Amino acid sequence: MTAIEIKDMVKSYGSFHAIKGISFTVNQGEIFGLIGPNGAGKTTTLRVLSTLLQLTSGQVKIFGHDLDHEADEIRRIISYLPEDAGAYKNLTGRGYLEFIAAFFGDGRRVEEIVRKGIEITNLGERINDKVETYSKGMTRRLLVARALMIEPKLAILDELTSGLDVLNSQEIRKLAKKTASEGTTILLSSHNMLEVELLCDRIALINDGRIVEIGTPDELKRRHGCSNIEEVFVKVVA
Amino acid sequence: MKSVTNIVKKEVRELLTPATLIPIILMAAVFGSLGSIIGGAGDEATRPPVIGVIDQDDTVLSVAACQTLNTSAEVVYNGSSVSEGLTSLDEHGGVALIIIPSDFTESIMSNQTGELQVIWIMKGAGLIDSLSSSSVDMILRSASTSISKSLIDQHSSLNSTIILSPTVKSETTIFKGKEMAGISPGTIAGFLSQQAFVVPLIVVMVIIMAGCMVISTVGTEKENKTLETLLTLPVRRSSIVFGKLAGSAIVGLVMAVIYMVGLGYYTSSIVAGAPVDMARYGLTLNALDYVLVGISLFLGLLSALALCMLLGIFAKNYKSAQTLTMPITLLALIPMFAVMMLDFNTMPLVGQVLLFAIPFTHPMMAIRSLMFDDYTLVIGGIAYEAAFAFITMAIAVWAFRKDILLTGRLRKGDDKGPLNPLWRALFKINRGRPR
Repeated sequence: MTAIEIKDMVKSYGSFHAIKGISFTVNQGEIFGLIGPNGAGKTTTLRVLSTLLQLTSGQVKIFGHDLDHEADEIRRIISYLPEDAGAYKNLTGRGYLEFIAAFFGDGRRVEEIVRKGIEITNLGERINDKVETYSKGMTRRLLVARALMIEPKLAILDELTSGLDVLNSQEIRKLAKKTASEGTTILLSSHNMLEVELLCDRIALINDGRIVEIGTPDELKRRHGCSNIEEVFVKVVA
Repeated sequence: MKSVTNIVKKEVRELLTPATLIPIILMAAVFGSLGSIIGGAGDEATRPPVIGVIDQDDTVLSVAACQTLNTSAEVVYNGSSVSEGLTSLDEHGGVALIIIPSDFTESIMSNQTGELQVIWIMKGAGLIDSLSSSSVDMILRSASTSISKSLIDQHSSLNSTIILSPTVKSETTIFKGKEMAGISPGTIAGFLSQQAFVVPLIVVMVIIMAGCMVISTVGTEKENKTLETLLTLPVRRSSIVFGKLAGSAIVGLVMAVIYMVGLGYYTSSIVAGAPVDMARYGLTLNALDYVLVGISLFLGLLSALALCMLLGIFAKNYKSAQTLTMPITLLALIPMFAVMMLDFNTMPLVGQVLLFAIPFTHPMMAIRSLMFDDYTLVIGGIAYEAAFAFITMAIAVWAFRKDILLTGRLRKGDDKGPLNPLWRALFKINRGRPR
């Protein structure tokens, strides 16, 4: 089944066109990477898909739901993790997860979601401390947990491991892989080419609001005669 | 020195923005207009008051009193009929009909004070409105002095106390159809001002405190980067708006109650000594009146919160949210001062329109209006407040679905939706979306 179907998507701010008619599809259970230089339109694309920004033109369907007309339905099946997201500082880590979980069920379901969230955070007793006392890495783990604990059909992750050290990053990547294997489709954007190459089934390279390359990591490397995705990136963007 | 200059320049550039300047300029303009209205009323008070005189005594003493009245005031009626006198005063905008009864001189000559009957025609209940009655009071004291002088000239053998204070006032005040015997406009205005002080202050405190909460909650969500997450959760935008409104209202109310407890002790200690029982004159509220005041207060608060929610959309962070509270503070302070100083009914039309348009005015003047059975103004105000709150909330919910919530500004592409014409008019955007 197609998880995301994008046709001629345009997003403009007045006379500035951030996205200039992109089209691609993402299959269910796939980890799809969106890479590109700063200002290429990655975050704008993710924000549109997560119902935060309105489409200027084009058509987007997420699991068959039209983005323009069925935003409420889409929000029930997606989870969006912004790059620079924060959590409510006056809540404890557990309180924050409970607050989010309450939107996705009642009673035992909330307990299950929170239990899974706490497991993902791996914060131990610190889960009962206020978020304002967390380090950047701890906050990011909490936010990743928030995004994945609800077992969304589509997880939209902007810079998944932003602010995490090498060990934590590796752990979170494993978690993303596991989540995808359990049926969640993941659309992620990253500046970390190694992460993209390791995680993604397919990659789209976006530059100046246009998709300039798309394919599996191996296809892209072969097509451009490169040994890794970073080289592909440099070659295509340059 | 160069470093300091550099920092000063940076600070000025950062702080002196249109967002900080425009509210201040607006505040200055509105207070200037308010000042000219109050000043106009003050000027009127310095002119000779318009009065009517009925001399039923027609003796040397009463004539002496009348001469003083004629010299110091503009006498538009000088006859014998009370009803004609009141009609004439009504036509000329007069403030008092002074009646010198037929036994005036006889009383004085028998060592009793002569009664001067004063029928006050009270125009408004504001402090400024009672200035003209103060002028008449001064003239009546002059008239009394004239009588004393006349008695001394006559080498009167009367009691010295009577010679020095030969007259006493007997007052009746007519205001908004109520005839209140034994009370002056100054006393009524003073009593109503006490009412007009406490209620507007409560309204202002609640509005400012709850309003700041609402604006800050949006600004803080943006600053802490939690808004994007909230907006992608499976919750209706209207639920987010109402949830934020209700949460802020509760916190704002709690803070306002704490504040008002302190203020309540302060004001009760001041009014505890007030000697006049206004219930005697029908200046009380019944159960229905209290319900109407409550509804007006609730809708006023709702209007303020909805307006704050709308302003909060433009907040980029907590700091800019604080700046955005300025227009709300201004809108709350204008009616507060106006209601304390003036009476809505005696204000110029422009002032009335301006005050009516501010939804917070209505709870502030509801008690005063209801005391004089002005249900039309109160119910009209409630209807306006309800419409204002509903429309503002609808715009806030609509704006929560738009890019503007995240971008903080309206782009030319953000004009989709049923409120499109209003939004475009607000921001002078004339072009539609590209598609």
